[in-house]
Amino acid sequence: MESTIVKAVNYNSYFGDNHVVKNVSIDIPRNNVIAVMGPSGCGKTTFLRGINRMHELIPGATAKGQIFLNGEDVMEMHPIFVRLKIGMVFQRPNPFPNLSIYDNVIAGYKLNGIKLPKAERDRIVEHSLTRVALWNEVKDSLTKKGTFLSGGQQQRLCIARAVAMEPEVLLFDEPTSALDPISTSTVEELFHELKKNYTLIIVTHNMQQAARVSDKTAFFYLGELVEYDETKQMFTNPRDTRTQNYITGRFS
Amino acid sequence: METSLDNTVVTRSEPSLRVITSNATQKNVKTAGREKRSHRQIRTESVFRRSLVIVSLCMVVLVLGILITLIVQSVPSLKALGVGYLWGKTWDPVRDIYGALPFLLGTLLTSFLALLISVPFSFAVAIFLGEYYPKGWMPDLLKNAVELIAAVPSVIYGFWGLAVMVPMVQKLETVIHVPPVGYGIFTSSLILAIMIIPYSASLGRSMIQMVPSSLKEAAYSLGATRWEVIRSVIIPYTRSGLFAGVLLSLGRALGETMAVTMVIGNTTSMPQNIFSTGNTMASVIANELGEADKHVYNAALIELGLVLFFVTVVINIIGKKIITKFSN
Repeated sequence: MESTIVKAVNYNSYFGDNHVVKNVSIDIPRNNVIAVMGPSGCGKTTFLRGINRMHELIPGATAKGQIFLNGEDVMEMHPIFVRLKIGMVFQRPNPFPNLSIYDNVIAGYKLNGIKLPKAERDRIVEHSLTRVALWNEVKDSLTKKGTFLSGGQQQRLCIARAVAMEPEVLLFDEPTSALDPISTSTVEELFHELKKNYTLIIVTHNMQQAARVSDKTAFFYLGELVEYDETKQMFTNPRDTRTQNYITGRFS
Repeated sequence: METSLDNTVVTRSEPSLRVITSNATQKNVKTAGREKRSHRQIRTESVFRRSLVIVSLCMVVLVLGILITLIVQSVPSLKALGVGYLWGKTWDPVRDIYGALPFLLGTLLTSFLALLISVPFSFAVAIFLGEYYPKGWMPDLLKNAVELIAAVPSVIYGFWGLAVMVPMVQKLETVIHVPPVGYGIFTSSLILAIMIIPYSASLGRSMIQMVPSSLKEAAYSLGATRWEVIRSVIIPYTRSGLFAGVLLSLGRALGETMAVTMVIGNTTSMPQNIFSTGNTMASVIANELGEADKHVYNAALIELGLVLFFVTVVINIIGKKIITKFSN
């Protein structure tokens, strides 16, 4: 029996008067890969950014409803503690340009003013980079700037940066949309490894990607969660006609 | 049957032929016009480019001309006084003794003290407007107010300094037991500090607004607070821009004349501390050039201008070097 790690109950979010995410309720099981797909502007990214309270950083953005992490309502928690437990990877690789590869990985500790002994830092850096299959590629150039890496490597560095904080959930906002096909497949392979230790929620507008990498898929349309099911079930036998139309390419 | 067939052929082909011919003539007219136009454009283009070159050269000639004038006019003083002029401590035109050190010191003291006072304020304004409240009526008001500081003529700052700052500094001086003159280097620095805030504040603000939101989001997503994002992402990212703003302010402070002349006290002795009266290079020129009847006196003042010119140029060069170093 899988246990639920993230649970949204009647979650709504707004940009000013614009109702972007409408009454979403969803249960996300631990150590799974969840794909969130839907056409542009359907609120999938906004929903994702609501889970770690990034949504409210935008002026005029508000949210209502509840999102539970291990039974605790993240809307009641301080956003900083939420973000320490729920990591995030963005659409474009965004390593800190002024920091080395090494410092990029432990940037979360530095930013939060957590001081660690050198040996512990070394261990975290090696462990995190190994987790994202980047250690062998960069172990001799850890002092080089993070922006020196290729796009795909930069994105894996950003995943390592999130992993280094040992979060419980990792959010990915279209993590491969700025990458070439080979880098994309490397990152996709990572998802299978990462789900052993973390729960992954991946926003994608690429249906094939959703089908390839995820255990469960959520389909958003016009701000509503239309359908949420096992990925196999959703792609072979969708229950809602809107899902069916989307999957068969009648709109995108 | 035949005629009718012919007719249909004719009626069919006629309009289509007409279309073709009209198309062809239109095309010819068009291309001819285009060629004419492009010839004219090329001519205009070259005239335009030449006038740009001439105007740009004028600027270079202008700067060189000013430099040459300064050098030529200060030759009598250069000949009579030599390099000792730069570290001479006494300025006494009656006895024909001209030493520039009091004014060099006065300029550096007022400018750097002004910088020290203004930087916290200008950075605060830059961060407030650039990151905390970029939009809304309150930040708009603040932004306009800061920009207006730069637009106020400096004689008005001098006047305000006389009316408000001098009595305030007098009170302060009474409290800390220094001669309560009110005029002096400290008062000038306060006035200068206010005057130079807009330069570093507005450059800093635009630099801070240019920090990519993806970097800020990366830091927020790792659990950073706003202060931590400012300290670890925004300030390192904008360091060279903030520094450039400070240098811009310094350049303004070094050369500022009117307001300083009005409140610095205009004494020619060496400044003893920051509450001493004194003179800056700019203020002594403004004060004494009109009454410099002697040949060497006049030249000595112009040489002061030459020194000021070099000091600002050197500071600009150092600044640019540091900026390129930071940017790399």
